[in-house]
Amino acid sequence: MDTLNTVSYVFIGIGLFFNLIGVLGLHRFPDMYTRLHAATKCTTFGSIFLIAAVIVQSAGIWALEGAYPSQSIMCIHAVLALVALLVTNATSAHAMARAAHRSGEKPARAVVDDLAEKEND
Amino acid sequence: MTWLPVIIVMLVCIIIAVARVFIGPGAPTRLVAFDTINTLVVTSLVILAMMFDQVIFVDVAIVYALLSFAMTLYVAKYIQGDKF
Repeated sequence: MDTLNTVSYVFIGIGLFFNLIGVLGLHRFPDMYTRLHAATKCTTFGSIFLIAAVIVQSAGIWALEGAYPSQSIMCIHAVLALVALLVTNATSAHAMARAAHRSGEKPARAVVDDLAEKEND
Repeated sequence: MTWLPVIIVMLVCIIIAVARVFIGPGAPTRLVAFDTINTLVVTSLVILAMMFDQVIFVDVAIVYALLSFAMTLYVAKYIQGDKF
């Protein structure tokens, strides 16, 4: 259990660090696209590690106690929550960037929009 | 294993993102900040389930993730200017 606790603390440290970096990037970047870049990728990466810490803890308790405690259900369902988060975050980030570009939102200090010229052809 | 400091740091992250929802110029920036809040809330729910030893919180987190995905897609279509 000591090894599992150490692994969990390392995962929690990585996860909280990347979540904080992503949320600070929301305030430091100049326009919507760079904010999307910072927030989506860093928050997804941090959430992977935070949920992985929960999975490691519950799987450790499941393996030590055996005989299907409630931690077994929590372990499997946390894996399902992680899969749902991974699939939906990437897709919704793509949809948000596409919607912002279609609505005419320009990047900060942009001089040329290659994608708009391509759509006019 | 104590999970309370983890929840406190996640709460600080959520409060910083809420500030961007209020001050952010334009609808797309607010949508990005709101999607960030949704991701952080899902992660916090999984951690709270481990903290209080309640399995039902993880099921709530799964449903919250899928519903927030639907909300983001609909608001993105609204920003894009499509008719439903």
